[in-house]
Amino acid sequence: MLPASFQYQRPSTLDEALALLAEHGEDGKVLAGGQSLIPLMKLRFAAPEHLVDINRIPGLDGLSEEDGVLRIGALVRNATLERSDLLKSRYPVMAAAAPMISDPIVRNLGTVAGSLVHADPAGDWGSVMLALGASVVLRSSRGEREVPMGEFLVDTFTTSTEPDEILTEVRVPAPAPGSGGTYLKLERKVGDFATVAVGVQLTLANGTIGRAGIALTAVGSKNIEAEEAEGYLSGAEPTEEAFAEAARLAAQASDPQSDVRGSADYKRHVVEVFTKRGLATAYEMAGGGS
Amino acid sequence: MATDATEIRGLGHSVKRVEDDRFIRGRGNYVEDVNLPNMLWMSILRSPLAHAKVNGIDTSRAQAVPGVVAVVTGELMAQHNLAWMPTLSGDTQAVLATDKVRFQGQEVAAVIAEDRYVAKDALELIDVDYEPLPPITDPFRAMADGAALIRDEKEGQADNHIFHWETGDRAAWEKAAAEADRVIDLDTFYPRCHPSPLETCGIVADVNPATGKATLWMTSQAPHAIRTVFALVTGLPEHKIRIISPDIGGGFGNKVPVYPGYVVATAASLLLGRPVKWIEDRYENLISTGYARDFHMTGKLAVKDGKMTGLYAKVVGDHGAFYADAQPSKFKVGLFHIVAGSYDIPAAFVEADGYYTNKAPGGVAYRCSFRVTEASYLIERLVQNAAYELGVDPSEFRMDNFVKKDQFPYHSVLGWEYDSGDYEGAMNLALEKVNYAQLRKDQEEARAQGRLLGIGLASFTEVVGAGPSKDYDILGLKMFDSAELRLHPTGKAVLKLGVKSQGQGHETTFAQIVAEELGLQPEDVEVQEGDTDHTPYGLGTYASRSTPTAGAATAIVARKLREKGTRIAAHLLEVAPEDVEFEKGRFFVRGAPDKAKTIQDVAFASYTNFPEGDEPGLEGMCYYDPPNMTFPFGTYAVVVEVDPDTGVWKVNKMVAVDDCGVRINPMIVEGQIHGGLTEGYGIAAMELITFDEDGNCIGSNFMDYLLPTAWETPRFELGETVTPSPHHPIGAKGVGESATVGSPAAYVNAVIDALWHLGVRNIDMPLTSAKVWEAIQQAQSGAPA
Amino acid sequence: MEITVTVNGVERTADVEPRLLLAHVIRDSFGLTGTHVGCDTTSCGACTVLLDGVPVKSCTMFGVQADGREVTTVEGLAAGGALDPIQDGFKQEHGLQCGFCTPGMMLVTKALLAGNPDPTEDEIRWAISGNVCRCTGYMNIVKAVQWAARNMAESRTAEPAAASTS
Repeated sequence: MLPASFQYQRPSTLDEALALLAEHGEDGKVLAGGQSLIPLMKLRFAAPEHLVDINRIPGLDGLSEEDGVLRIGALVRNATLERSDLLKSRYPVMAAAAPMISDPIVRNLGTVAGSLVHADPAGDWGSVMLALGASVVLRSSRGEREVPMGEFLVDTFTTSTEPDEILTEVRVPAPAPGSGGTYLKLERKVGDFATVAVGVQLTLANGTIGRAGIALTAVGSKNIEAEEAEGYLSGAEPTEEAFAEAARLAAQASDPQSDVRGSADYKRHVVEVFTKRGLATAYEMAGGGS
Repeated sequence: MATDATEIRGLGHSVKRVEDDRFIRGRGNYVEDVNLPNMLWMSILRSPLAHAKVNGIDTSRAQAVPGVVAVVTGELMAQHNLAWMPTLSGDTQAVLATDKVRFQGQEVAAVIAEDRYVAKDALELIDVDYEPLPPITDPFRAMADGAALIRDEKEGQADNHIFHWETGDRAAWEKAAAEADRVIDLDTFYPRCHPSPLETCGIVADVNPATGKATLWMTSQAPHAIRTVFALVTGLPEHKIRIISPDIGGGFGNKVPVYPGYVVATAASLLLGRPVKWIEDRYENLISTGYARDFHMTGKLAVKDGKMTGLYAKVVGDHGAFYADAQPSKFKVGLFHIVAGSYDIPAAFVEADGYYTNKAPGGVAYRCSFRVTEASYLIERLVQNAAYELGVDPSEFRMDNFVKKDQFPYHSVLGWEYDSGDYEGAMNLALEKVNYAQLRKDQEEARAQGRLLGIGLASFTEVVGAGPSKDYDILGLKMFDSAELRLHPTGKAVLKLGVKSQGQGHETTFAQIVAEELGLQPEDVEVQEGDTDHTPYGLGTYASRSTPTAGAATAIVARKLREKGTRIAAHLLEVAPEDVEFEKGRFFVRGAPDKAKTIQDVAFASYTNFPEGDEPGLEGMCYYDPPNMTFPFGTYAVVVEVDPDTGVWKVNKMVAVDDCGVRINPMIVEGQIHGGLTEGYGIAAMELITFDEDGNCIGSNFMDYLLPTAWETPRFELGETVTPSPHHPIGAKGVGESATVGSPAAYVNAVIDALWHLGVRNIDMPLTSAKVWEAIQQAQSGAPA
Repeated sequence: MEITVTVNGVERTADVEPRLLLAHVIRDSFGLTGTHVGCDTTSCGACTVLLDGVPVKSCTMFGVQADGREVTTVEGLAAGGALDPIQDGFKQEHGLQCGFCTPGMMLVTKALLAGNPDPTEDEIRWAISGNVCRCTGYMNIVKAVQWAARNMAESRTAEPAAASTS
């Protein structure tokens, strides 16, 4: 299949882009990486009348950590995140997830911002950002607002983004010392969506668990934050039994569908296995047990 | 003077491929690359429903789109008697739906437009009034009482049963079973998968109104046979049809059948007087073109005193909505009756029933060697399971029951004469390379630690080279093949063949056969295939037949030219022909080797100084009717580890020992095997076309139909033994499909081997991690696996 | 919309609808048919080209996005008639059979070796995991890349020390 016709605009400033979106409303769509949007357009599941190409707008591709916040611009490509030494050293959940996004060629164009706006429940970045307690900056010609990830992800392919807004930045609080994390993804092959994936972030505080972030991919109508599991771990002793219980709670929080990838029981089971493994890895990385 | 010491790069040389020169420069000429002046684009509207009446089609909105030249429906095709066409299995198939649609994705209408994007736009504007009917998504539902009749348009078709076929001796089998110590049985399903070459199917149809000649650039593995079919179907005179199969981006059997798109494009070109191009989307390729397998199989093995005494195999085949298997007409399930495989089994019986379902037609495809993939899978899984049940090592059980080297040529009770083989040789080499004895020890240790290591074997016997005219024909056309060879005055040559490569390297390998026979270098021989106006008639390339048939024809025609060359050389050397010998491109006087003429001298002389009474020139032709099939074979060994917590399995080692007789180009043979082992891995691990309750096809795009990438694909270690074919002029057998035939069972056997002690007995492909995990859970809970 | 794309070092213009995929602009507007389309879902990589030196799937970009940018297709590999070592490597090591995936494979290889001149087998397989091949089973593609890497290294060491390679 091939896309339907559309009007194409390529603004050179952010304000121009926002003005176009304000003008076109529901009929307009942002084109950044396009690696989720264009496939949908080719299948004609999406047929926006106006495409606003933001790829030439300067200043949107920043990736830096300042004042305890990692700022990821709208045009930061997945490949950049995959190669980033900053992520490998300080944001291991992201470093583990980045190479798992789609395939290496698609990562050259796809953006983390675009993935979050797309809000596929099988999308990896949503879970990563939930586990990290991240938020997004949404900008329009009306102003700017920061929305925490949990509030941002509303439902399947649905976020709280208004039609005239662009997600300009993802903000990730820098993990405190004594942190570790990972992302475990079960996929049938490179380029497949997850059968199940789990993102885990742990921060230790005085030998106990300070903060735990656990989020699940492809086992619900949106990326799921396993809040009960997180709450259970907060303040708890970091023992194998505690991790096992948290894993059980995470599995309970999931709501998978049976399909060709596996039964709901299987997927729930893998959530449990991956959460347990992820917590062990995160704990070790955080300096636990040493 | 001394003989020229230059080596002739004939048989056994890994000559680099001449066809690469254009592909690496991006100068291949695939059908989609063909662009003609005034050309139109065609797109096809396909049914969203698996089974429905078509109560009406309104094309008016589509016709009104600027740039749309025509919209074609079944009604228009029917006016030209083209709404239905014959299949390669003696059935009929709808070209464009008239009364009903019978599978999701079936062709309903076609848009012809100036631009390919407009052709797609107009599809959405065709209104079809469907009245849904209950879809039938497997042969068991198809055979049930009260099942909806799928082929209600077919006279005399009262239900969904297509055929019953049997061979062997039922009484002998029953006797063997009654007298056996044990009868081991296995029910297994070889699911629907798809050859999925990277290039989809397509055509540029150019029916020239001025000359009446139809030139069809087509993705076809069998251009001559298809041309004949086209002549019969369309009524166009055969000499006015030219099919050109240019470069083909992979075939694997997907590009053998005639697809409705080809017929509609040709008809459209005829009616509009302009070239019409149709290139399928991937979705069209997966949902409507020739799928593979979809066989529900039961195998029973009778064993007495450790020997296999009888084999029973039953097939329930799912053939889709039209019986369109591309196979020799005598056989309803292809060459499935090779199912006794590498084993000396004195009694065997095979029965098969085929059914219509609301799915795409096809069945014989994907490097199946005419259903040998299904047969080999069944026997190798059954034999492996039987070994465990008997408490015997799977390699020993096979060895004890192999057809022995001194039994060849071997007459099997299922009607085959296996030409040559050395099954023990291949098995021993495979076991040595994989370090089998050590692996069994490693497995014990691993089990003690709770780790699941598995070793899987498969010892396959293939049967290729269709085939002798006594038994083989496609729509009546006997399955010979052909070679036409001419030497030019300056000592170069042109070789024209009736087969058609889709990546197998014929332009290089067939030149090597000529090189071996005549002493030319392969680069001095140009090989031409695929243009029906300029090549001899042949049945095409599929089922690993090219080397056995056209390869033989090439050797024979080269030898004819050598014989004539001998007479010319004798004339030049002024001796009697009986006194002339030939070696590596030189004709020399026996006993006086310096009195010689080269093949180049002889070629020149055939035009300038030929013997009186002889025809000028140095050209010949051979149409070769093979006396028998050839029987390549091998043993594959796979080592896996299974993660008990997730069911994920990984191949740690894979050894493949193949014997395809004399190897023309070892590099190319190995490449074929690598490719087949990878497709086999894909089938074993991830490739699946399945259907939901409503007949919706799951697996009609590459997000659902999974092809292994370089990351998942195992690394392979190859070995070889060489047991020539006694009846083939150069001792060669085919090899293209050995690895898809032999490897799926090896992979699956490895996983089963890892899990047998947990109680797992069978997992049907694809072995997704979920299915492996489920099988472990079921076995542990005591439920039958 | 009129676009100007530098294709294999040559500025080309075309007037195209915005919805025309880059793959079709390359094939139909610019007549370069070495870039192939193999699927509908951005899965197979047959259409891979280099955009400013970076591999992209040209079936999942609009031609208008390449306006003012540099595109390298397979036709651009052989500079002035001499084969790129990558092309040579694919021939020497039988890294292709039907040839359909080959342009994409070679361009990804070019980008890989530009950033990582001596990749391990794992790194090679990872880099080409966005390109599907049905014929070769990848074994000889890996060898082809390794051949190219060796030969590019040799020609680098053979260069006079004063030569700049920027």
